[in-house]
Amino acid sequence: MSWLNKIVPSIIRSEQKDRKSSVPEGLWKKCPKCESVLYRPELDRNHSVCPKCEHHMRISARKRLGIFLDEDHREEIAADLEPVDKLKFRDSKKYRDRLASAQKLTGEKDALVAMKGQVDGLSLVACAFEFNFMGGSMGSVVGEKFVQAAELALRDRVPFICFSASGGARMQEALFSLMQMAKTSAALERLKRAGVPFVSVITDPVYGGVSASLAMLGDINVSEPSARCGFAGPLVIEQTVREKLPEGFQRAEFLLEHGAIDMIIHRHELRERLGSILRKMTHQPAA
Amino acid sequence: MNLNYLDFEQPIAELEAKIEELRLVGNDNDININEEIQRLQEKNLKLTEQIFTNLSAWQVSQISRHPQRPYTLDYIKLAFDDFDELHGDRHFADDAAIVGGIARLDGQSVMIIGHQKGREVKEKVRRNFGMPRPEGYRKALRLMQMAERFKMPILTFIDTPGAYPGIDAEERGQSEAIAFNLAQMSQFKTPIIATVIGEGGSGGALAIGVCDELMMLQYSTYSVISPEGCASILWKSADRASDAADAMGLTAERLQELGFVDTLVPEPMGGAHRNPESMAESLKAALKNALARLDDLDSDALVDRRYERLMKYSSLES
Repeated sequence: MSWLNKIVPSIIRSEQKDRKSSVPEGLWKKCPKCESVLYRPELDRNHSVCPKCEHHMRISARKRLGIFLDEDHREEIAADLEPVDKLKFRDSKKYRDRLASAQKLTGEKDALVAMKGQVDGLSLVACAFEFNFMGGSMGSVVGEKFVQAAELALRDRVPFICFSASGGARMQEALFSLMQMAKTSAALERLKRAGVPFVSVITDPVYGGVSASLAMLGDINVSEPSARCGFAGPLVIEQTVREKLPEGFQRAEFLLEHGAIDMIIHRHELRERLGSILRKMTHQPAA
Repeated sequence: MNLNYLDFEQPIAELEAKIEELRLVGNDNDININEEIQRLQEKNLKLTEQIFTNLSAWQVSQISRHPQRPYTLDYIKLAFDDFDELHGDRHFADDAAIVGGIARLDGQSVMIIGHQKGREVKEKVRRNFGMPRPEGYRKALRLMQMAERFKMPILTFIDTPGAYPGIDAEERGQSEAIAFNLAQMSQFKTPIIATVIGEGGSGGALAIGVCDELMMLQYSTYSVISPEGCASILWKSADRASDAADAMGLTAERLQELGFVDTLVPEPMGGAHRNPESMAESLKAALKNALARLDDLDSDALVDRRYERLMKYSSLES
């Protein structure tokens, strides 16, 4: 507060506050990469890709599936699954309270949304991680919902796609969360042996237990530009090896160079290119 | 302070030092102090019992990483015959943090795979403190595939702080190596018995841990992250490791209550390192029992049962 504010009578100050709050919140957003100030409705129309520098910002799971799937024939899978705190886990906060506030923040019951739907008329099953729900961490609900979605794809013999965005395992579910890695991987192996395609789409960021299970098991692994993905987080690695990490470490371009992914696809082209790839894999005529 | 003893074992260490002292005195003099020594030894036994029946989760974590705790190669020597170690992933290197090979368990051919820590400084470094790189997991995979071809049960021994968090490990696909093992292990048509013998640290442990039967030694731990790691993330301080260990419920006993563990193998009084021979004997007996239980299942039933088992792992309303 400047000295001027201090001497202005309090009545005027409160009026100023009122005027400020009448402006809709968050109409503008700063691009975290190029720092351009962007008009939010325009950014939304551009699916949260910065029009100035093409930086791909995070989007919600529902928006992700909304962009990807045809508008018709959508059907949500296992929407009622809710987390249960079997361990009565408590750190600085109770896990139950963390869940409640994450549910309020995102409007989701947990960190994965799964749907049956179509892309240009091609039937498939798709799921997406909600990063704003406790960092997209994988607990029992995420694992179970992922498996139910995979098993539905297997039953109907339609392709399965997952958009990952996750900090890794959910610590508050301890060993239950670790076992979700084995569970999701086992379900994907059944798809693989049955010849049902699975495409893993890595979106920023994917780490730990999600990276070391479902996200790396695609018949085709795809990444959005510059998305980060790895087993250990950069901080942990820096502390362990005590040296500076190379430029672009663990980013999509690094992953492509080191053979971990097949291709990098711009968000605007994902729907069309994945549709085209899946049509070839399932011997369907081009759209 | 005696370094062979952990903090909470210091009262035991002090008593043992006193007994030792008396013994020396006894040698010098003609006075018979055997009675006193015996009295102290009984007291020591009671004290040890007392301390070890009330261990906190954090104390168990410390025992699970005790520098003298037996490692995979120790159990191979004590519980198996005729071990041939097999090396290398055939692509890049031989990772010394995971050992594997063929051996006999009372005559039966088995494939053994386990994390390996080092005892002396140089050996610790060579074994990378039991933290495997992708080559380690790929070697394990190669040996497991071989076991399937030659119809040998797979026995894995888990004892790692976690997969190695290094630049090179990331470059060579640490995530993929772990993920691929998880997927493949779910379908091997041969029995897999995993035993946590020390620290079961995260994905690095699970990557050789998908199994038909999970066994844990009494003072071993199994968790999604180390207590220190969990504490520094959730409590913003690694000093709260003890709270984190409690909250995660990472001890064999707690995990058995939660339904993860099929067999809890009791340890000798004071922990496996106090009597490795008797520990190896109980471990061997438990392994043979587990193998016998799986013997009746044909390979398809085995794989189906393993899948169902994995699907049951969840903290959901049942």
